Parts: sequence; C-alpha cells; structure tokens
Amino acid sequence: MSDVTTFWARLARSPIVWLVGGLVALTALNLTIDPTFLKVVVKDGHLYGVPIDILNQGSRTMLLALGMTLVIATGGVDLSVGSVVAIAGAVCALLLQAGAGLATTIAAAAGVGVLAGSVNGLLVARLSIQPIVATLILMVAGRGIAQLASGGQVIIISHPAFEYVGNGYVLGLPVAPLLVAGLFAATSLLVRRTAAGLFVEAVGDNETASRFAGLAAARVKTLAYVFCGGCAGLTGVLTAANVRAADANRAGENAELDAIFAVVVGGTALTGGRFSIAGSYLGALLMQTLATTMYYRGVAPAVAPVPKALLIILVALLQSEKLRAWVAGIWRREEPVA
Amino acid sequence: MSAVTSAARRNLPLGVTGLILIVLFGAASFAYDGFFSSRVMVNLFADNAFLGIAAVGMTLVIFSGGIDLSVGAVIGFTSIFTATLISGHGVTPVVAWTGAVGLGALLGAVMGALIHVFRLPAFLVTLAGMFLARGAGFWLTTESVGITHPWYEAIANFSLSLGERIQIPAAALLLLGFVAMGYVLAHHQRFGRTLLAVGGNEQSALLMGLPVGRTKIIVYTLNGMCAAAAGIVATLYTGSGNPSMGTGLELDAIAVVVMGGTLLAGGRGHVLGTLFGVLIFGTIQAAILFDGRLSSWWMRIVVGALLLGFILLQRFLVRGAGRRA
Repeated sequence: MSDVTTFWARLARSPIVWLVGGLVALTALNLTIDPTFLKVVVKDGHLYGVPIDILNQGSRTMLLALGMTLVIATGGVDLSVGSVVAIAGAVCALLLQAGAGLATTIAAAAGVGVLAGSVNGLLVARLSIQPIVATLILMVAGRGIAQLASGGQVIIISHPAFEYVGNGYVLGLPVAPLLVAGLFAATSLLVRRTAAGLFVEAVGDNETASRFAGLAAARVKTLAYVFCGGCAGLTGVLTAANVRAADANRAGENAELDAIFAVVVGGTALTGGRFSIAGSYLGALLMQTLATTMYYRGVAPAVAPVPKALLIILVALLQSEKLRAWVAGIWRREEPVA
Repeated sequence: MSAVTSAARRNLPLGVTGLILIVLFGAASFAYDGFFSSRVMVNLFADNAFLGIAAVGMTLVIFSGGIDLSVGAVIGFTSIFTATLISGHGVTPVVAWTGAVGLGALLGAVMGALIHVFRLPAFLVTLAGMFLARGAGFWLTTESVGITHPWYEAIANFSLSLGERIQIPAAALLLLGFVAMGYVLAHHQRFGRTLLAVGGNEQSALLMGLPVGRTKIIVYTLNGMCAAAAGIVATLYTGSGNPSMGTGLELDAIAVVVMGGTLLAGGRGHVLGTLFGVLIFGTIQAAILFDGRLSSWWMRIVVGALLLGFILLQRFLVRGAGRRA
C-alpha cells in the first residue's frame, strides 16, 4: 500500500475529520438557506451573532462532555451529571442568598460535584457496581436532594458578579465559552502531557491487565468520576448564572444524555480504552449547531430530538463498521497460517 | 451445596423484597389512619398498572443482560397515537390498539437488531429510540387529547367484585395479567431459560447452541409491545393521551426491577419480584400522599436509597456466590 493511501485511510478513520466535515456541511446547509448565518456583529463592544450564540448555548454541554469523556474512557458512564447540575445550582442560590462571596460559591458548587463524583467512584471502583446502575442511584436521588435543598421553589439569583460568569463578556467575547475552552485546554495538557491519559486508557481497555501492570486501577477510575463530578458542579454554576435562577426541576434535565451523545459523536468509544478531548469539544459543538439550526428553521423544540437520535445511530454504526473491518482484517491475516 | 440452600440463596432477594414490602406497608398502616384498607391495596395495583406493565417487559430485557431506556417515550407516543386515532379520526379502539402495539414491536425489533447485529451498546441504541419515540409523539400533537368512546367508558366503569367491599378495576386486572404472562414466559418456558442463559454469559449461551441473536431481538420486540400496552393502559386510566406521558418512567421501571431482586447485569432474577417492586414503589407514593406534610421529592430520595440498598445487597450475594464457586 502506498503512503498516500495509508495517509488517506488514516485521515478517514480520524473522528476529528468526520466532525469537522459534519460541521462544515451543516454550516454550508445553513448558509444556503440563510446567507447571514455566520455573520457576527459588534454591538455595545460585544460580539453578537449565531456562532456566538452556539458557543454560549453549547458551553454547558461541552463542560459536561469534558468530564464524561474521561469516565467513558475508563469504560464507564455517569448518568448523574444532570442531577448534580441541579444540586450545584441550588447550592449556589442558597449560598448567594446567605451573602457568600463569588469564590466561595463557585468552590462550594465544585465541591458538591466532587463529593457526588466520589460517591459514584466509590460505588463503581471499590464496590465494582456497574456504572449505569451505580450512577442511576444519584441520578434518581440527586434531583430529589436538589428539590429538598431549594424547597421545591425556583430560587431567583440577583448577584451581578455571579451572573457575569454565565452572561458576561470579556474583551467582547462571552465569558462562559472562554472558561470552558480554557478548561478543555488545561485538561488536554494534563492528560496528554503526563501519563494520566495513558492510565485512563489502560484501565478502560483492560482493567485486569492494567492492574497486573502495577496500575492503581481503582484509583484511576475513582479520579475519573471525581473529575466528572467536579465538571458537573461547575456546569451547575454556569447554568444557574446563565438563567439567573436555580431550578431544581429543570436545571440539567437530560443534560447527561446530551453529554454522552457529544462524547460518542466525538469518537470516544462507549466500551472505553481510547478517548479524544478535542473530539468531545467538537462533538458538543456539532450537537449544539444541529440544535440551533433546528431552532432557527422553526422546528418545534419537542421534535428536535429526532435528528439527534438519527445522528447518534449513524455515528455508532460508522464506529461499528470500523470494528467489522478490523475483524475482517484479522481473518485475512490468519488465512495463510491455516 | 445442597439443592435446598442453593434454592434459598437464589430466592433470597425475592424474599427480602417481599419482607420490605410487608414492613413498609405495615409501618405506613400504623402511621396513617385508614391506610390499612382494601381500597388502598387495590389502588396500589391500579395506580401503578402502566408502570408495572412496562416493568414486566423491562425485567425480561434485563434478564438478557440488556437495558431499554425507550419505554417511557414509547408510552407517551402510544398514548397520543391511540388518542388521536380514536378521537381525531374515529378509528375503532381495537384497530388503534393493534397499530400502537405493532409500532411498539417494530421499534423494539429495530433496536434489538441494531444491538445484536452491529454490536452497538443497548444503552445508546435505546437512548436514540427514546428520542425518536418522544419526538414522534410531539410531532403528532403537543397537546393532551381526550378520548371519548363508549368502550373507554365501559372499561373505566368496569370492576371485578370480590365480595362487598373489594372492587378490582380493569387496570389492576391488566397488570396482574401481564405479570402472569411474564412469569410463565420467563420461568416456565424454554424462551425464559434461554433469556437467562444469554444474560448470564452470552458466550457460553452461544457455545451451547442457544439462539442468542433471535432471543435478543425477540426480547426487545416483546418489551416494545409491553411498553405500547402500558401506553394503552395509561390512556384507559387517564381517559386521554399526552405525548409527554411517561417522562422518566424508564428510570422508575429500572428501579422497580432492581428492587424486585433482579440482577442488572442479567442472568438472574424473578418476574414476581418486579411486581413486589412496583408495590413497594406504590406504597411509598401512597404513604407520602397520606402524610401530606412530606413533599413529593422525598419519593425520589427514598427510591434512590432503596436502590442503593438493593444493589449493595446483590453485590454481596453475588460476591458470596463467586467465592463459593
């Protein structure tokens, strides 16, 4: 096989290429219908426009997807993130009402997320309970806890500094997407420039083997859930700041599904063992672009999940095709031996 | 290990579930006046009929080691599908019901085929199925549609009298019927044994020559039909169809199955345990209603705590079994 064909074959297999292709195609579709789709204008020193809107609306799913990526890479899944978003939001509202400062509030929300992640990690890594089941507990109970904390009421937040986190602009750019992009960059550096990412992939690929290789597999798994919980806590801050309220019923509703979709679309396999942080970012961006497209085309919000469902099945099938090609490759190689 | 102790060990989760049900119901009866009555007991069945029917299907899927997150959305779709057909287009209920069950079976079969043939994770495929069914329901109409049809009135007014005081409504009878069918299918048919074998170890089942693929596709089809039937019972119970009906019900159904002592990893469990699980769920709900001071969110917290308790119990039972072997 020539170098050119292997290059193209490798390129076609990279999820990033598919994602960028999907984004370009979707944007092109939008541009043919509405030529002003990509237009960004400066108003009152801030950037306005559909792309900015997509980044703003997508920032919360992105942040959840960041934590979810590492959990899925270990071969697990965290269903509780949506409920953790609700709890963290309620904690923010209560602390701000009590007159706490911005730093304390954000730290407390992240702390709540870390605590929730520790519980999940304990159940999954130490007690070897299936991730879907272990995190289902907190998913069911967590929303109840959030409602208990907020007394079942929507708590209105009026705290300018806190609202700035969700709605503000710095140098004309929206704060929330910048924060999220920064967290992505930091996490990417942390896991790819150190051995952490390798550890996560080893545990996700074969936990027993990684343990025999001297890896503290349970600790790696626990830390992935703790990190995911922390991300969910911070997403709670962004959500509460964005809508200026803590709504225990609606905050983070179905957020776990969107996050898992973004991660899977981003090329991280649900079976674990490999992950792509950039893929998750682009996956969340693609999902949000799809959602925004449908919103601008006047598709009823209730029907909007259908294209999302079709996209996810398509992506899953593409990944499965790869698996089949790989299996076929093994067969071919074994033929001469037999 | 004698057969008696191994049978006792196998049925321990079922026994624990039954005991918890009795303790919970007993405690609620002591705490609240009028709780210990035939009316409350009958309502436990009738009020949770559609959850129970969906949970019976879910039990079978979980036996096979799978999971189905689409059941709540299928209930919503079925309810609005039958309601629009009957009220909007004057279709006879039997035709509407057959169509709804057929669509439920179709969705289930497609999901089962995707899961088996392409080895896609059940979790992901049924999640997509959930979005698809929910979207289709809202595409029909976003409003609630009332059903007025002589049959619906007849079924709503129907009840089986057991003595003077006990009237069993149609919904409760339907629930019992589905539990009985599930019980026979899972525990007294070859299909049920294959199902548990596939859930216990798919590779071994395949090597034993069991029809793994067919069984997996059939079980998702059956579950789709159960979910559609649950949606129809929901229209009978509420006298209307609503595309948002059954939101989050899949989680309640899974919780109920786990509380019934079925292992979520598959391969072990009991359909009757699911009925006990539904009754525990109903008892907590009824107790919270009776109390009046407790808010509805306590329901979620208690269900979460019970889930945790049961999963830990299963964990230690399985561990014990593993050490023995």
